[in-house]
Amino acid sequence: MIDMAPNITLVVAIGVLFAAGVYLVLERSLSRVLIGVILLGNGANLLFLVAGGRAGRPPIVGLADERRMSDPLPQAMVLTAIVITLGMTAFLLAMAYRSWQLQRHDEVQDDVEDRRIARLAAIDERATADADTEATRQSLDEEAEEARDEVDDGLVREGRPEGNQHDEAQQGDEHGDEPGDEEVTP
Amino acid sequence: MSDWTWVVPLPVVIPLFAAGLTLALWRRPRVQPVVSVSALVLVLLSSVTLLVLADDGPLVVDVGGWAAPVGINLVADRLSALMLSVSSAVTLCVLLYSLAQGRDDDEESAPVSIYHPTFLVLSAGVANAFLSGDLFNIYVGFEILLAASFVLITLGGTRDRIRAGTIYIVVALLSSVLFLVALAAVYATTGTVNLAQLALRLPEIDPGTRLTLQVLLLLAFAVKAAIFPLSAWLPDSYPTAPAPVTAVFAGLLTKVGVYAIIRTQTLLFPDGRLDDVLMWAALATMVIGILGAVAQDDIKRLLSFTLVSHIGFMLFGIALSSQAGWAAAIYYVAHHITVQTALFLVVGLVERVGGSTSLTRLGGLAKIAPVLAILFFVPAMNLGGIPPLSGFLGKLGLLQAGVDAGTPLAYVLVVGSVVTSLLTLYALVKAWNKAFWQSPQDEPRPVSMPFGMVGPTAALIVVGLVLTFAAGPLYAYTERAASSLTLRTTYVWAVLPDGERGEGESADVSEDEAGEHDEPAGGQAGDPAGAPAGGPADEAGDDA
Repeated sequence: MIDMAPNITLVVAIGVLFAAGVYLVLERSLSRVLIGVILLGNGANLLFLVAGGRAGRPPIVGLADERRMSDPLPQAMVLTAIVITLGMTAFLLAMAYRSWQLQRHDEVQDDVEDRRIARLAAIDERATADADTEATRQSLDEEAEEARDEVDDGLVREGRPEGNQHDEAQQGDEHGDEPGDEEVTP
Repeated sequence: MSDWTWVVPLPVVIPLFAAGLTLALWRRPRVQPVVSVSALVLVLLSSVTLLVLADDGPLVVDVGGWAAPVGINLVADRLSALMLSVSSAVTLCVLLYSLAQGRDDDEESAPVSIYHPTFLVLSAGVANAFLSGDLFNIYVGFEILLAASFVLITLGGTRDRIRAGTIYIVVALLSSVLFLVALAAVYATTGTVNLAQLALRLPEIDPGTRLTLQVLLLLAFAVKAAIFPLSAWLPDSYPTAPAPVTAVFAGLLTKVGVYAIIRTQTLLFPDGRLDDVLMWAALATMVIGILGAVAQDDIKRLLSFTLVSHIGFMLFGIALSSQAGWAAAIYYVAHHITVQTALFLVVGLVERVGGSTSLTRLGGLAKIAPVLAILFFVPAMNLGGIPPLSGFLGKLGLLQAGVDAGTPLAYVLVVGSVVTSLLTLYALVKAWNKAFWQSPQDEPRPVSMPFGMVGPTAALIVVGLVLTFAAGPLYAYTERAASSLTLRTTYVWAVLPDGERGEGESADVSEDEAGEHDEPAGGQAGDPAGAPAGGPADEAGDDA
C-alpha cells in the first residue's frame, strides 16, 4: 500500500509558489506576469509529485521491489507539463519583448473600446439625470470614463492629464516622455 | 466494426503530419495550401466516417497498443464524433476563406507562411481534445490548440494584437494551471486519469473530496468556455485577430471547453450536485453577455458578446442533467459552431467592403453588396432563433427540457433564455439595419468580393441550413448521444471491456501494474482525509 501522506516541505513549497505566483500575475508588467506564470506552473508540478505518493526507488521493473518503487505516472505527467510550460513561457517572453519593441514598455493596456462604451454611457447618464435632485456624486460610468490607464498614451482622449497617480510611476512616466513614443501612436 | 478503429486517430494524426509538411514547405507558398486543404478534407471525411460508425457503439483505440488505464486511449463515441464532424467542416470552410483572403489582400491579414502549420496544429488539438479518453490527454489537447491559437491571435504582431493577445494568453495559461492542479488532485485521489476508470472509481471516494474535484475541473473548463464571471477575457481579445482566425476561435475554442464540461459532468459526476450553481451561471452568462452585446458599437465585439451569451444556453442544457437537456445542449453546440463562425466570416466580408466594423461608420451596404446583406441576415436570424432555423429548434429543445424539469429555477432559466433570444434578435437586427440600411458616412469605395471568400461563407451558412433541414435525424442522433451519456456504461465498457484493462497489449507487466494502480484508490477510499491540498498533514516517513 502506497503511503499517501504528503511531505510537509513540499506542501509548504507549493503554498509559497502559488502565493508568489498569484501576486505576480496580478501585476501589470508582462515580465512579472511571466515570472508569476512560471511560479504557478512549478507549484502545479510539485503538486503532481505529491499526488504520486511517497518517493521511492526508480520505477524500473527488476531493479527494486515493486512496493518500494515511486509511481512513474505523475512523473511522466510532470515532464509533459514542464515541456508545455517551457514552450508557453518562451512565447510569452517573445511577446513581452515585442511589446517592448513597439511601445518601450511591456505593460498590459486597458481595452480602449471598453472605455469608449463607458464614455457613451456617461453621456447618456448626463442627459437623463435630474441635475436638481441628484447629488454631485459621480456615477460608476462617469468614474469609468475618468479613470485612465497609465499606459494609455493618449490613445483615447487627447492630451495627457497632468496628475498621474499610479503606483508604478517609473515605467509609465519614463516612457511617456520619450520622443519616440509618439511615433508608434497611430 | 473493430476493423474500422484505425480511423479514430486520423483526425489528430493527419493535421499534425501535414503541419510538419507545410512547415518544411515554408518557401513554397503555392504548395502549402494544397497540403493543408487536402489534409483537412481527409479529416472531414474521417470524421464523418466516425460519425456513422460511432452510432453503433463507441470506437476505442489504445494508443501504441498499451492497454487502457496504463496507456492513453482515444474514444470516438456519438458525442465526440458529432463535435468532430461539425468542427472539421467549419475548419475547412475557414481555411478556404482565409486562402482567398490571402490571395486578394496583401495587407497584414494575409496568411504568412506560419499560418498553415499553426492552423493545422489547431485543428489537431481540437480533434485530440474531442477524441481523448484520458483527462491528461484532454489537457495536452487543450495545450496544443492553445499554443496554436497564441500564434494565430498575435499574427503579424501589431500593437493591437499584442495587447489583445496578452490578455488572451495570460488567461489561457492561468486556466491551464488550474486544470493541472485539478489533474493532480484527481490523480492523488483516485490514482488514475483515465476517464472510464475515473467513472468507476469516483463514486467510491468521499463526497466532499469528489465535490472539490468537480469544482476544480469545472473552473478550469469554465474559463475556456467563457462562462460568466470567467468570460471577460473573450470580448476583449477575440475581435482584433484577423477575421478567419476570430471565426475559427469563436466556433471551436469555447466549444471545446463546453465539450469538456459535458464529458466530465455526464461521465464523472453524474449526481449533478452543482446543477443549481451551473443554472445560475448559465443565466448570468446569457443575460449579462447579451446586455454587453446590446451596448456594443463594433460589430465584431457585438458578436463576441453574443458568443459569450449563447454559451449560457449550452450550460443551461447541461445543468438540466436530463437526457432531453443534454440532447438539446449537444444540438445547440453543433448549431452554434456553424452559425457563429459563419457570422464572423460575414463580418470579415463586411469589413472588407465597408472598410470598418464600427456600426456608426458603416452604412448603405445593402445597395453595394446585396449578397452580403443576405449572407448576414440568414445566420443572424438563425442565431436569434427565428423559426424554422436550427437556432429555433435548439432553443425549443432547451425550453422543452427546462419545462419538463419543472423546478422553479428551470422556469427562471426558461424565461431568461427567451429574453436572451429576444435581445439577441434586437442586437443583430440593429447591427443589420445600421450596416446595411443607414446612409453611409463616407463615400464607399468599390471593392470586389472574391468568390473564394463568399463561397466558403455561403457553404457554412448552407451547413447551418442543413442542420435545420436534417434536424429530424440529427436531433435523433443527439438524443441517442445523450442517452448513451446517461447510461455511462456504454462508454466505460467500451474502454475497459472487463472493468479492469483495455484491449491493448501490455504483456507481462500488466498484472503487477494493475495491482499497483488499484492501491491508491483503495487507500483513499478508506481514508479520504489524506486528500491532497487538504492542508499540511504529518510528514511522510523518511524516503526509502
